[in-house]
Amino acid sequence: MSEYPAVVDVAELETPATVGTSPTAGEIPYDVEHIRADFPIFERTVGDRPLVYLDSANTSQKPRSVVETIEDHYLHHNANVARAMHMRGAEATEAFEGARAKVARFIGARRSEEVIFTKNASEALNLLAYTATRDLGPGDEIVISVMEHHSNIVPWQLAAERTGATLRWFDVTDDGRLDVSRAADDQLINERTKIVSLAYVSNVLGTINQVDAIAAQAHAHGATVIVDASQAVPQMPVDVVALGVDYVAFTGHKMLGPTGIGVLWGRYELLENLPPFLGGGEMIETVKMTGSTFAPPPHRFEAGTPPIAQAVGLGAAVDYLSELGMSAVAKHEQDITGYALDLLQQIPGLSILGPRELVSRGGAVSLTLSTPAGELIHPHDVGQLLDSRGVAVRGGHHCAKPLHDRFGIQSSTRASFYLYTTAAEVDALAEALEYTVDFFGRR
Amino acid sequence: MKIEDMYQEIILDHYRAKHHSGLREPYEAEVHHVNPTCGDEVTLRVHLDGDVVTDVSYEGLGCSISQASTSVMSDLVIGKPVADGLDLHEDFLELMQSRGAIEPDEDRLEDGIAFAGVAKFPARVKCALLGWSAFKDAALRASATSGVAGAEMFHPQVEES
Repeated sequence: MSEYPAVVDVAELETPATVGTSPTAGEIPYDVEHIRADFPIFERTVGDRPLVYLDSANTSQKPRSVVETIEDHYLHHNANVARAMHMRGAEATEAFEGARAKVARFIGARRSEEVIFTKNASEALNLLAYTATRDLGPGDEIVISVMEHHSNIVPWQLAAERTGATLRWFDVTDDGRLDVSRAADDQLINERTKIVSLAYVSNVLGTINQVDAIAAQAHAHGATVIVDASQAVPQMPVDVVALGVDYVAFTGHKMLGPTGIGVLWGRYELLENLPPFLGGGEMIETVKMTGSTFAPPPHRFEAGTPPIAQAVGLGAAVDYLSELGMSAVAKHEQDITGYALDLLQQIPGLSILGPRELVSRGGAVSLTLSTPAGELIHPHDVGQLLDSRGVAVRGGHHCAKPLHDRFGIQSSTRASFYLYTTAAEVDALAEALEYTVDFFGRR
Repeated sequence: MKIEDMYQEIILDHYRAKHHSGLREPYEAEVHHVNPTCGDEVTLRVHLDGDVVTDVSYEGLGCSISQASTSVMSDLVIGKPVADGLDLHEDFLELMQSRGAIEPDEDRLEDGIAFAGVAKFPARVKCALLGWSAFKDAALRASATSGVAGAEMFHPQVEES
């Protein structure tokens, strides 16, 4: 008898129930105030100002339903998965595997076994950087881009060091798009290319990359294509099969879920041929002192007790997003981002990194701010002044130092939006930025 | 808490017109310190005459707090014996780690007392300490190379040749 639990088939899942008597997504107008009522954190104030949370690309806020699902799991259904021969163990296993199936269906996976739970997107990418590179050697090439998050740079640098393969990368144009024409001139993707790993949406520039086109090109040379979709899955409909790539990594906490849970999706026939990553309990078929054999995917890649409550919480997050409908979520993000781009560019001394118009662009808006005398105001100072007015943004290099180097700057200030962001919050951001320029511009 | 508690006029004045900035010769030690969480950095040189700090010169990239703090530090330590400069570092460190519980001594820290408000913002303490840590490192290295008596007690981090 196998030790690993059965995986719930996507087709066996019931369609998630909509809340109360509300009609299906698409028919209801998008009601931000109604949505915000699901997020208790927005009841908080900063002094006499409301909390304006514009740091969702860093981590999203959590709706009550996600937190209550986790609480209910711990308080009423807690047990370890797949090894407890009792009812609570069965419940926990069902909840854990049910969450896997929900995630699988959410991203259009063909089967639940294609969804591996990791602790975050970084672990998902590291898993691949260790296992999918085992046959690489000198002369082989790994291709990334200069706009990657450090989590999609450092694992490949380490893999290149380990294997002797060469790391190459796409540059970006001055307006923050992947420089595909230069890549073509340089024959960046060629017969030596074994792996191409790219962000779907840039966490700094907001750029949406044409990963499907690049995947087709890479596949024509026999390369494996990996997509870091950490900023995409929370914000837009993602169909991993339609995308035409081999692996997709993303994280739970940016999509209303808890921290401590990430996802690696892979085509089953590829996962099946990958060696294990971490060894331990749960990932084995049988263990003898002379050697072990390993479970099939996904459990082969989930050594030890997995993040059970976190997976269950992610399942609740997926339910919430599904209920709103990802098309509606994406449309709201586009509306808010367009509004912000128009408003922010009217502020003297403000310069936006990346695409300034709403074309193939997500909702992260990074900017630099200067005084009337032309001195850059450091993002830490910007962030502190904004924070004093209740506006939460991120300042720094956003784990994308090479990208900042590419633009010749040390750091930037980033505002990022989500399904609960209002136009009034963007107004508060603009007002606080003007206040900041005034504060540091005074003599 | 008001933002003016952190951004005191003294801090903004130093930020706008940094004292002793720029890299100068001669020097006995040069160090490069980085705050990895935000990427702020400073290159700092120390010149000694005997055991007296005769110059601190620096180039930094960073926020107003780190820039102003480095400027204040250079005012304080130039002209003093290394040991006194290191004592001032200890005092400033204690102030910054106090979360606002310590009343700073103006006679000793002079403009440095303006950073007492920064101590209430834990995320910014590292910014205020960047230049000071670089000074301590450089002063110990400079002392070791110029053989200042007593420098050994601070366990200088010198590379073995």
